[in-house]
Amino acid sequence: MSLTLWNSRFCVTLVRRQHATIFTSSASKTIAANSLHHTFSNNYQQQQHRNLTTMKPTNTAVAEKGTSRSSRISADGSTSATGINVPPFNHPHCDRQAMYQQPVRKIKTLRGSYDYDLVVIGGGSGGLACAKEAVANGARVACLDYVKPTPIGTKWGVGGTCVNVGCIPKKLMHQASLLGEAVHEAAAYGWNVDDKIKPDWKKLVSSVQNHIKSVNWVTRVDLRDKKVEYINGLGSFVDPHTLSAKLKNGDRTITAQTFVIAVGGRPRYPNIPGAVEYGITSDDLFSLDREPGKTLVVGAGYIGLECAGFLKGLGYEPTVMVRSIVLRGFDQQMANLVAASMEERGIPFLRRTVPLSVEKQPDGRLLVKYECTETGEIGSDVFDTVLWAVGRKGLVDDLNLPNAGVLAHNDKIQVDCDEATNVPHIYAVGDIIHGKPELTPVAVLAGRLLARRLYADSDLRMDYADVATTVFTPLEYACVGLSEEDAVKAHGADEIEVFHGYYKPTEFFIPQKSVRYCYVKAVAQRHGDQRVYGLHYLGPVAGEVIQGFAAALKSGLTIPTLMNTVGIHPTTAEEFTRLSITKRSGLDPTPASCCS
Amino acid sequence: MLMFRAMRYSGLPRSVLLLRFASSIVSRKHDYDLVVLGGGSGGLACAKEAVEYGARVLCFDYVKPTPAGTKWGVGGTCVNVGCIPKKLMHQASLLGEAVHEAVAYGWNVNDRDIKPNWKKLIQSVQNHIKSVNWVTRVDLRDKQVEYVNSMGAFVDAHTIEYRTKQGERKQLSAENVVIAVGGRPRYPLIPGAIEFGITSDDIFSYETEPGRTLVVGAGYVGLECACFLKGLGYEPTVMVRSIVLRGFDRQMSELLAAMMTDRGIPFLNTCIPTAVQRQANGSLLVKYLNTTTQKEESGVFDTVLWAIGRKGLTEDLNLVAAGVKTVNDKIAVDHTEATNVPHIYAVGDIIYGRPELTPVAILSGRLLARRLFAGSKQLMDYTDVATTVFTPLEYSCVGMSEEMAIEKLGAENIEVFHGYYKPTEFFIPQKSVRYCYLKAVAEVSGDQKILGLHYMGPVAGEVIQGFAAALKSGLTVKTLLNTVGIHPTTAEEFTRLSITKRSGRDPTPASCCS
Repeated sequence: MSLTLWNSRFCVTLVRRQHATIFTSSASKTIAANSLHHTFSNNYQQQQHRNLTTMKPTNTAVAEKGTSRSSRISADGSTSATGINVPPFNHPHCDRQAMYQQPVRKIKTLRGSYDYDLVVIGGGSGGLACAKEAVANGARVACLDYVKPTPIGTKWGVGGTCVNVGCIPKKLMHQASLLGEAVHEAAAYGWNVDDKIKPDWKKLVSSVQNHIKSVNWVTRVDLRDKKVEYINGLGSFVDPHTLSAKLKNGDRTITAQTFVIAVGGRPRYPNIPGAVEYGITSDDLFSLDREPGKTLVVGAGYIGLECAGFLKGLGYEPTVMVRSIVLRGFDQQMANLVAASMEERGIPFLRRTVPLSVEKQPDGRLLVKYECTETGEIGSDVFDTVLWAVGRKGLVDDLNLPNAGVLAHNDKIQVDCDEATNVPHIYAVGDIIHGKPELTPVAVLAGRLLARRLYADSDLRMDYADVATTVFTPLEYACVGLSEEDAVKAHGADEIEVFHGYYKPTEFFIPQKSVRYCYVKAVAQRHGDQRVYGLHYLGPVAGEVIQGFAAALKSGLTIPTLMNTVGIHPTTAEEFTRLSITKRSGLDPTPASCCS
Repeated sequence: MLMFRAMRYSGLPRSVLLLRFASSIVSRKHDYDLVVLGGGSGGLACAKEAVEYGARVLCFDYVKPTPAGTKWGVGGTCVNVGCIPKKLMHQASLLGEAVHEAVAYGWNVNDRDIKPNWKKLIQSVQNHIKSVNWVTRVDLRDKQVEYVNSMGAFVDAHTIEYRTKQGERKQLSAENVVIAVGGRPRYPLIPGAIEFGITSDDIFSYETEPGRTLVVGAGYVGLECACFLKGLGYEPTVMVRSIVLRGFDRQMSELLAAMMTDRGIPFLNTCIPTAVQRQANGSLLVKYLNTTTQKEESGVFDTVLWAIGRKGLTEDLNLVAAGVKTVNDKIAVDHTEATNVPHIYAVGDIIYGRPELTPVAILSGRLLARRLFAGSKQLMDYTDVATTVFTPLEYSCVGMSEEMAIEKLGAENIEVFHGYYKPTEFFIPQKSVRYCYLKAVAEVSGDQKILGLHYMGPVAGEVIQGFAAALKSGLTVKTLLNTVGIHPTTAEEFTRLSITKRSGRDPTPASCCS
């Protein structure tokens, strides 16, 4: 009997020798987890040869206390066997206790019988980190990378989403937009600068692209130096140990002991007339050869908001179309503040609206018809650019996963806490993983740790909990840990205390920048140690502010410690140390004075 | 502590809680439960907090004009002649840099020959300060802290004497006294120092453009002033007697000085000024001695700024009458901030041997008031206080310097992780990444508890603040390296530290990212 435990908070997978798989949801988590731990440690030995039968068909075998819920749940579990409907994780966090207690599966390198010890499919952040780390630990590694051009023909080099069409160009565009603002502020501070300014879109795009090209180049050199064989081809499985790579000059068959799937994702297009022909995505925007002009951004996830934010900052006219809520998955109070801060800057939001069609007018502009989902009212407007930011899909289609026996969950791949798929020697890291944060540093760290576990005798697993993240909107939002909603869900409203406050950055006074949305909050345990569950910050350089607090959260930050931490004056980060008003008190969280 | 927590977090109506605390305010034999001498960060925080718990509080504040005639309102050093104006000048200087960067990013802005309008800048800064002064006054009135704009001095241990605006002598008595008078810049004892030199007390309201400025002193005040002057297009020179940033990590300090040199700020090392003379054309001739070469040298400047240290303002307090002992110009206090006279306390820059920082003064003042009037037992923790130097590439740190760690634990028991890094935004404007560097000083064994973190780069204070909370929570290297970064930021570089000094490996990054 053996068992896998991941994320006891929300989802427990349990395996017995008779190949039982059970998924439970959060309600029964604690009981299940506790009872399972015991069973688990008693069965340490059997685990040594555990393989990933985790998702094979099951009977309804259940942990001792897995009572009433289990029957429904095991039914879910059994459907997973068919690969049609593996129940999704409700929460992207791996349970730490389970993570540290479960022995790490070791795969010995079998030199000789395969072309490579490891083939990594996908040369993005996660894949490259894994490949390089594996080589550093003595493995023979090849890395495949291939970028299918977008419908309008955009393509790019090695490095994946982050470097080419993600974090890097977006941060640069964001910076460009902030610098435009800085020119106006400079004038307020007394610089004799003419602040009637415009950006040169072509110059900006070419600067951004030059930077990306240089990163691509450095990446190639780095791979060569580190002796990772780089194959510019699209890989698909022939069998569990064989891959066929489509290269420029024909196909190549590659065998490997171990595979890591790190193919990532690409933006989705909505299924409406004109979407693919006339719309673009974030894959195209950073190399667009014309000014975007009046732009409809469809989707209010972080990508949509970031694009709308920097387009506005660069002087274009973005409109954001929101189907239901802004920044799904994030703290909704903060999400609404982010949206409000964007509206204050003149970015209109079309709420509860879905696009119906895109048509090209004779003058070349795009007529977008849309519908309000509440009223059923049909509207339309004309734009220069339509940008889809409606979500991303995992690139499982070209992998021919059935040949390897790897099960997909929709367009993603489910892995256990070793990042192993249902096929023990095939792993996945990065955006292709189901139910984990789609973030570069997550992929990098997961890839690196995986390589160390495979080839360097490491036991350290990736801890997906309390991953900090930032939304680079004009006023940035960063957070770490639980949203207020999730904290309420997990601990109950009576057991959490939310400290919050608006604040006024010192630098905002002279240029009279709006301080209306500068806001911080800490979500904490109400009693006991008053452990901090989550921190949320809306304001300048949010990512820089939150990173250290992410380390603090991992170190067990409590409210008394936070309040005992001396601030750095004058910064905005110090506002966290000055939080004193609870939501429960009903006191006004706006600051009385400007400082001290 | 529990009661205090109840107050702070439960949000019970204040009146209920005040009743509960009323018992701790027993004496009515004095005019006031608390008299605070000095209306700066620490004094005001203490006074306002004390009033919250029902104490009758009076706060004295008086600013003696500088030799150049500069004076200012309530709020103390930070608001008037410290952190706030300094940060605004720093910001102005960064924005000048931002204009050039904007061009690189494609903005059609003319960045040739951009100059700041010194008068407009000073005006803006002073307007902001005035508004803070005003808000502070209103706040004191709202909170019913009595404010007297006069210099209070001891008559005896419970009696304070002061002069009203009309020149009338008055006395009042206090159960407790908190001394929070802070400090002011020193002048060197050389001819012309006071007549022709200015200090940080004057620079933020200086009528004339500073021009060629000799900054004497390489503590953080001197370096910050030199840097924002450079950023604003003036020509500062820094004169250093011995070392830059005494008390800070040596490697980081040297790196910071090198960064400044790189940006065109000359350093006159091992030099001490001997005289300042005004020349016929109005400029200042400064004579100085190079203590290494023992040569007398001289230079001509438009402005001479003394940044050679600060002295505590104990002189006017008539401390002898109260029996309070001083250590040079400072006052020694115990762990409860009490002086040798039990009911007389001191907080802020006037305390001997503690960090002279606004948030330290505020927190210790506030905690003191809670101990005095709210039954709290919580003491101020002066360890691991983070701080920042607002130079163009900022330097921020928390915890121990490498030297201190070596001294306390021994070189063999510490591990230093370090690395250079390249901020993403620096590439397009081709800004120098040469001094973007960070290090973590940790224990060598176990989970490797982190003793100190040091960061040089953009927005250093914002980066370090969270790590200060982490250090207080017992951050280890293991946890740090297990913390997922936020990409692309510079703060994430801490999570990517992997090279130890001991390994001898090159700490410069091989690639640009990922």
